[in-house]
Amino acid sequence: MTGNLVEIRNLRVEATTDAGRRVEIIKGVSLDIAEGEIVALIGESGSGKTTIAMTLMGYARQGCAITGGEVRVGGVDMVKLSEAERAGIRGTRVAYVPQSAAAAFNPALTIMDQVIEVARIHRLMSAAEAQAKALMLFKALSLPEPETIGNRYPHQVSGGQLQRLAAAMALIGQPKVIIFDEPTTALDVTTQVEVLRAFKSVTAQHNIAGVYVSHDLAVVAQIADRIVVLKDGAVQEVGTTNDILEGPQHPYTKGLLAAFRPKTEQRQPDGDGVTKRPLLEVDNLTVGYGPRSRDGQPLITAVQAVSLTLDQGRNLGIIGESGCGKSTLARAIAGILPAHAGGIIFNGRELGRVGRNRTRNELRQIQIVFQHADTALNPAKSVEDILRRPLAFYHGMRGKTRDARVNELLDLVRLPKSVRHRLPGELSGGQKQRVNFARALAAEPTLILCDEITSALDTVVAAAVVELLKELQRELGISYIFISHDLSVVEAICDEIIVMYRGQKVEQIASTRLAAPEHPYTRLLFSSVPKLDTSWLDNLEQDAEQVRAYCHP
Amino acid sequence: MTNPISSSRLGMRLGYRFNLIGVSALGILLLWAGVALFAPQIIPHSVGEIVDTDYFGPVSRDLWLGSDYLGRDIFSRILMGARYTLGISLAAVSVACFSGVALGMTAAVAGGWFDSMLSRFLDALNSIPSKLFGLVVVAAVGSSIPALIATLSVIYTPGAYRFARALAVNVNTMDFMVVARIRGERLPYLIASEILPNILGPVLADLGLRFVFIVLLLSGLSFLGLGVQPPYADWGALVRENIGGLPFGAPAVIFPSLAIASLTISVNLLIDNLPRRIRDRSAE
Repeated sequence: MTGNLVEIRNLRVEATTDAGRRVEIIKGVSLDIAEGEIVALIGESGSGKTTIAMTLMGYARQGCAITGGEVRVGGVDMVKLSEAERAGIRGTRVAYVPQSAAAAFNPALTIMDQVIEVARIHRLMSAAEAQAKALMLFKALSLPEPETIGNRYPHQVSGGQLQRLAAAMALIGQPKVIIFDEPTTALDVTTQVEVLRAFKSVTAQHNIAGVYVSHDLAVVAQIADRIVVLKDGAVQEVGTTNDILEGPQHPYTKGLLAAFRPKTEQRQPDGDGVTKRPLLEVDNLTVGYGPRSRDGQPLITAVQAVSLTLDQGRNLGIIGESGCGKSTLARAIAGILPAHAGGIIFNGRELGRVGRNRTRNELRQIQIVFQHADTALNPAKSVEDILRRPLAFYHGMRGKTRDARVNELLDLVRLPKSVRHRLPGELSGGQKQRVNFARALAAEPTLILCDEITSALDTVVAAAVVELLKELQRELGISYIFISHDLSVVEAICDEIIVMYRGQKVEQIASTRLAAPEHPYTRLLFSSVPKLDTSWLDNLEQDAEQVRAYCHP
Repeated sequence: MTNPISSSRLGMRLGYRFNLIGVSALGILLLWAGVALFAPQIIPHSVGEIVDTDYFGPVSRDLWLGSDYLGRDIFSRILMGARYTLGISLAAVSVACFSGVALGMTAAVAGGWFDSMLSRFLDALNSIPSKLFGLVVVAAVGSSIPALIATLSVIYTPGAYRFARALAVNVNTMDFMVVARIRGERLPYLIASEILPNILGPVLADLGLRFVFIVLLLSGLSFLGLGVQPPYADWGALVRENIGGLPFGAPAVIFPSLAIASLTISVNLLIDNLPRRIRDRSAE
């Protein structure tokens, strides 16, 4: 027996499809994790990174089964154990921090009850001891008000806090290995910094080994000792974090790194010969939710007196953290959510505040593409049906001309014709987002509102989608309003960037001057974006006062 | 290939999987449908004719399923009864589910006062006990088959409405509905093309369940003399009128019950095992 805590040898996992065919999704993976070491599993979605991480607990998702190999954790082969024996190990030797802590907590129980549940199930300690231990963990994870936070319910704390509480839940059984399954993917960048710091200090303090599943190389660079790059269920490359970042061998790893490189190509500003014509002018737009009070103000104001101008053929980025009102602003421009004050002037004509009051042509010219292609595409309709409808609706196309146009659209978004008859559920995330985009293109719009369209995609896929948007702009002359919390995506495509905070526009800067933001919030936001540098997190110094003022982690 | 349930070969070739349970359920339903269509041609004895000197007679070569409480041939009566049970229930369940689902989806999409008014009205209708409602209507307009179908439909529409509305409200909040609305789509397209395909499965399951309820309510009304009029009888009425034979273990009460069971169970088995499109075609 060697000294490694985790030894995975020749692991194979198979899934069964609905026609009874067996597909091998993990094809003979071997890897080791030493005591106290954090190993990152990185790869695009479907590469098997979560599946491998789950096998450390001897678990395979429904329809999947571990069919070969060994997964030794502390010398015990998890594959050979009975379900009852595995249950005894889960939580005490191996623990799990899920991607969405919000979905992992039971909304009907207090946080303390759930954090100490592991200790109770395994009869590790008395309830009082467990609570004392939880309190220590809350402090170690730098949670605010550690004494009382346990008495709250999951909906009473923020997403970043909940993610750290999920880590506390995993730590209470004093495991030797923790599986972190994309724990910061759903968080804002400023919150992510806090959570990463907490994870890093706690694992180092207790000498806990970790498997960190992620597709974000920059995040992984901060926390992992070694990186394992996966693709199609097989290990492509293994190396220390520095080796991988500085000398990637495999083409996929190189692609991942390339997606992070600062975009050298700057958008050339239009020559003076081109007259600037405003396409969209938003004037003091105020949007809110809930019933209106007597003075016409809504109960909750999500966007407060925001003005912006977008010139023809130019792109505008709107960035800010979740809840800053950026999506609400887009919905108001699209006419989904009526603004209750201010005006929207499109192509020199005042638009109705509600979509109902706009003409079909006005609706056609502004298209919105949503973040989640899963819910934006009707799961019961084929790709063909989805794309045919706007063609028939706006352009009255039918029969052969319409079918030819569907093929053209698929071609525009670089999808093979063979996807025509598939349902959205049979496409990958990137493919779905392309169909989502093709539907907007079918209307032949002049402005497309992109609401976080890349945030659900892997880095490499997102880079490809952004590249596609740029090409389409060159070919079709569309303007984009690009809403995102990811600065790198926005700066790659936009000429001007608006920074929003709590419903207000705090700063508008040209993408050429991003290095020198003026507003303190903008500075904080920009400095929180992880860099491909292993020492970035340790060297990051943020003004504590500003973090307190603008952050609510 | 190790399938727990063997699939029919024809289905596989068409790209559908239709399991054995579904096929057998469909077979039983088709059999009953055939019986309902051709009953007058195939019954061995007239429905009202007394052919046995004894009542609650046993199974014999002449009377295949024995005789009823008046000595009539129960086999012939079941075959004829299929027409009423199947026909009336099917018509009523179709009307009830069609109108209920259409109204439910409309209410979910339209929302506002239309939704509130319609929901309260149908809730009120739902609160009237179904048998009582049937009694009053039949007493007022007399018992005829169209009146029975209409009454049964009205009784079961509110349930179908509630069910469809609850499903449609969930679909209505999805982003693709927002996309369709902001494209400028009108109500008929929204409900027929965007919502219906997403709720069809549960709606069909509900239809099966409601069909069973209607068969039972129809039997109840027939027992009270308000359903199908003598000498004809639907299966429910056959059970009720021969209930006196139960202590003797008379076939006259057992076989109509089996007929009801075979029909209602088959409907539900078929709906739970509808042919499924095989998505992974590479296995063929």
